[in-house]
Amino acid sequence: MIRLEHIDKKYRKIQALDNINADFIAGQSISLIGPNGSGKTTLIKCILDLVRPDRGEILIHGKNNKVHPEYRSQIGYMPQIGRYPDHMKVGQLFSLLITLRQAAPESLDYELYEAYRLNTLMEQRMHSLSGGTRQKVSAALAFLFNPDILILDEPTAGLDPLAAELLKAKINKEKARNKLILITSHILSDLEDLITHVIYLQEGKLIFFKELSELQQETGELRLNKAIASVMKSRNPLFTGKEVEE
Amino acid sequence: MFKLTRYILYDILRNKIIISYMVLLFLIAMGLFQLEANNDKALMGLLSVVLIVVPLISLIFTTIHYYNSYEFIELLLCQPQSRSKILWSEYFGTSISLLIAYLAGVGLPVLIYSGESTGLYLLICGAGLSLTFCALAFLVAVNFRDKAKGIGVSLLLWFYFAIIYDGLLLLVLFSLSDYPLEKLTFVFSGLNPIDLARIMVMLKMDIGALMGYTGALYKNFLGKETGILFISLLSMLWIVVPLFIAKRIFNKKDL
Repeated sequence: MIRLEHIDKKYRKIQALDNINADFIAGQSISLIGPNGSGKTTLIKCILDLVRPDRGEILIHGKNNKVHPEYRSQIGYMPQIGRYPDHMKVGQLFSLLITLRQAAPESLDYELYEAYRLNTLMEQRMHSLSGGTRQKVSAALAFLFNPDILILDEPTAGLDPLAAELLKAKINKEKARNKLILITSHILSDLEDLITHVIYLQEGKLIFFKELSELQQETGELRLNKAIASVMKSRNPLFTGKEVEE
Repeated sequence: MFKLTRYILYDILRNKIIISYMVLLFLIAMGLFQLEANNDKALMGLLSVVLIVVPLISLIFTTIHYYNSYEFIELLLCQPQSRSKILWSEYFGTSISLLIAYLAGVGLPVLIYSGESTGLYLLICGAGLSLTFCALAFLVAVNFRDKAKGIGVSLLLWFYFAIIYDGLLLLVLFSLSDYPLEKLTFVFSGLNPIDLARIMVMLKMDIGALMGYTGALYKNFLGKETGILFISLLSMLWIVVPLFIAKRIFNKKDL
């Protein structure tokens, strides 16, 4: 569904992405893991065409994403921090995006919207919402259009435990419906039961792209955070991995 | 695009700064007309206020608004919409709200006290300045990622066009006063949209003493009507050129 071919991106002197090649197919739920500044967000932004790579091509359903902005109707994106115009009402935001996407009413997926009871907030203005509630709005919007590809940047950060569980259940449901899901998160314990594949990025390089079970076998660790810690340790002898284990 | 523009417009019109800008302009205009028995003199006073305040507020408000809607622009860019469309909607949303504030604030008093064509020209010039400086602010904002830098550059632009430019022009004219400078001055005046607006209203008023050097030049070279037409065209360029450069940068940039 998404094919990355030789993606390079340089920010001044920093090589943010270094020759990334990957092929994501439907039904995979992939988590992007890596230390801070390893290029996770840049990679996501490249797929969304918010950042233009210096070299390489990104094909979505076989089409180059630079030339065809329509492909974004197939993508639901939940940003790390959702900020919206202060004076816009929640209801207006939803109706604006529905218009922009020209989505048919029967194709919309209101499950998360209903689970979060956003209908009670329709008349509220965006600036009066708390950070967590705004995240709920972002999450509901990402799933609303029933996209084939879901890109979630730190989805559970800022959500209360109940809301986070609802979101995780929804992600699993979509995964079962053969969607492609990309998640970044630093809360590895949150990811464990959501993902099928792991991508590990370091200094802009794709270190590995493996199935979760394969990774567990190789490292001999069942818990994702321990498995990742052992990878980090083996890649960098100076790194004790304590922060991750705790 | 139309719907998006409407949403942005609706959002900005509820902004307290835009409302206070409108009220401020309204109070200044009403005050000037009340204090001054001669409406033409009041218009002159109003003109000098408009030439300073409108560019300043348009620049700063647009720049800050752009930076504040950065994440929202990102969200819009994740929808199946082209980048140009989103930039145009942002521009029209912001500039139309500035226009509405200006026309309500200055337009109402001008229409009440001085319904003649000079007042109308003042309105047109101020509206043109709003559009120009809104476009310039977009050019600045898409260029700089850093908010503080962007606002700083906007302020500098305002200083340059509203204050420094006249000084520089005088300096050049003074130091080169041995040569014939008509054509040079002609070119120079086109390089400052605020100057253009001033000359246009002066030409319309046709008060020789207030027209100044450049105003008199325009009148001599082109005559009143052609002069006004020429200035309108130049001012148009001041809106369109920055906008298109901004669009080109926005289309290529990383967000």
